[in-house]
Amino acid sequence: MRTPSLIPDASLPGGGRRRLVRGGIVTACILYVGVLLLLPLVGIIYTALEPGLAKIWETFSLPDVRHAFYLTGVITVVTIAVTTFFGVITAWVLVRQRFPGKSLLNAVVDLPFALSPVTVGLAAVILFGAGGWLEPFFQARGIQIIFALPSMVLVTIFICIPFTIREVVPVLEEIGKDEEDAARTLGASIMQTWRKVTMPNIRWGLLYGIALTTARAIGEIGAVLIVSGLIKGQTETATLFIFTAIEERLYAEAYIVALTLAAVSIVLLITIETARHRIEGRKVRT
Amino acid sequence: MSTPIVVEQLTKRFGSFEAVRDVSFTAPRGAITALLGPSGSGKSTVLRMIAGLETPNEGRIWLGDVELTPKSVQERRVGFVFQHYALFRHMTVRQNVEFGLAVRKQSKSDRMARVDELLELVHLTHFAKRYPDQLSGGQRQRVALARALAPRPEVLLLDEPFGALDAKVRQDLRRWLDELHRELGVTSLLVTHDQEEALELANQVVVMHEGAVEQVGSPGEIYDDPTTPFVAGFVGSANVLHGVVEGGHVHLGALRVPGAEHLTEGAAATAYVRPHDVRISPKGSNGHDPDGTARALGRVERISSLGWLARLTIRLDGGGEHTLVAHVPQNELDGATEGDLVSVDLRNPKAFDHGEARAEE
Repeated sequence: MRTPSLIPDASLPGGGRRRLVRGGIVTACILYVGVLLLLPLVGIIYTALEPGLAKIWETFSLPDVRHAFYLTGVITVVTIAVTTFFGVITAWVLVRQRFPGKSLLNAVVDLPFALSPVTVGLAAVILFGAGGWLEPFFQARGIQIIFALPSMVLVTIFICIPFTIREVVPVLEEIGKDEEDAARTLGASIMQTWRKVTMPNIRWGLLYGIALTTARAIGEIGAVLIVSGLIKGQTETATLFIFTAIEERLYAEAYIVALTLAAVSIVLLITIETARHRIEGRKVRT
Repeated sequence: MSTPIVVEQLTKRFGSFEAVRDVSFTAPRGAITALLGPSGSGKSTVLRMIAGLETPNEGRIWLGDVELTPKSVQERRVGFVFQHYALFRHMTVRQNVEFGLAVRKQSKSDRMARVDELLELVHLTHFAKRYPDQLSGGQRQRVALARALAPRPEVLLLDEPFGALDAKVRQDLRRWLDELHRELGVTSLLVTHDQEEALELANQVVVMHEGAVEQVGSPGEIYDDPTTPFVAGFVGSANVLHGVVEGGHVHLGALRVPGAEHLTEGAAATAYVRPHDVRISPKGSNGHDPDGTARALGRVERISSLGWLARLTIRLDGGGEHTLVAHVPQNELDGATEGDLVSVDLRNPKAFDHGEARAEE
């Protein structure tokens, strides 16, 4: 079946040139996306797999690599837990509550988008580093923040705060307050309303936010680099491992770890697309 | 079973804006009471305060002899029907109706029986497995009603329940709600801006305007004996005539409208006359009525047919810019045609002094 097109039929007089122009634009787009996005990916896949499966096995057997993935995993899981819990509450407060300073809170939520991760890392050093404002407090209690896991988790959470909030806010705005009100008049408690009405309504938006958060947490390097101190086998995440491995000319190991991160990202990308279809699909239906 | 709703001196402020001002009324047990007013008159806010969805700044709410004011929404046991249905979109029709029973932890078998009974009542038994977005607007609102009634609420609150539906469906649903109410007899409070809906469905009408109650009465009282200029102008259509009080009449040009005995001599006043209370007769009979009311002359500018009625636009002779709209049965036209001079007679006018009448303009 032919679908109607805004572009004139190429068989008409004068259509030949238009078709050429159209073909040119399409080709340029494919080249743009292909060369800039796909070629590097192909490069990584090829280089990582080239040394053979034995090398991959060997790389994953290295204690440093295993620890790096473990660390990335811990940071990501804690970040997801914190940003999801507080993100959903913050989104709900921003949409449903009226209070002074609301627009300020709304603006501050986006701060991590605007700040360079390196700045975020530096801010953490100012707070928790040697001579930092909060250092005496934690020092006295024997808790190591900087150059250790706590600061790495903290900066990652900071950077990931906006994702969940920004995905959940529009969904909450779109569904409105009526369903929650209806649940309350039918005798549901606040918790029941939340569990049975609000959560099911925002789940796809929330999933989208969590997927974005995960991708960002796994890939974060700038802020983590500053606060980690790069202690091998202790404060080295997967991205930091790639960073140091390249400096040490361990190219094969670096590519294999990079490929693993890329594979995770592709799974996340599929999740994100699915979630977005569900959100938009519902908008069309209602 | 069913209980009256008593509202005492409710006031609600949003910031410096007073949305509801000192509102008191009683919705009698087992009856339908309509809260009628234009948008922004505070009627929905009153309803939401009764449900507990808004907290009043002042005043009290009672269900029979139980005070609701300190109770939370979930403790109040009111049925609420929203203008835009507010169905749970991720639940089927059955799950929607069951919701109020499930959160109250009723046994599964009781729930099933009650849901079946309600689906039957709203004629949606065959739609139990559908989702809200697979239903028409009228069907959705019936689901919403079944859902509100499921936990056997003591009162039913309806917030513009037909407002989002088209005219034909609205008519059907209105008639159906009337029947349903006769069957169930649950005390109901209906918020609407549609006077026809209020007059047709309600046993009692509370007219609201700018956050305050203008008049409480039966549909007949509201229509025939408006006590404020706002009610006279808002309920039903009316000719609005501005004049001066002289000898118990409102004078405008040659027209003398009776019924102004209670107003100060010489004051500016406004009279409201319904189109069906304007009577015409051929020009020749320009005399005096037994009660001394002088009839005025007017020229028929336009006649259009409303079926058995004719709608006439009449420009008053010597009345300046005044035109009247008259609804006259076709057989009482006496052959009058456009351009004819006729004599005009006004019945049941309601006169208010100008200060009062200004308030609604």
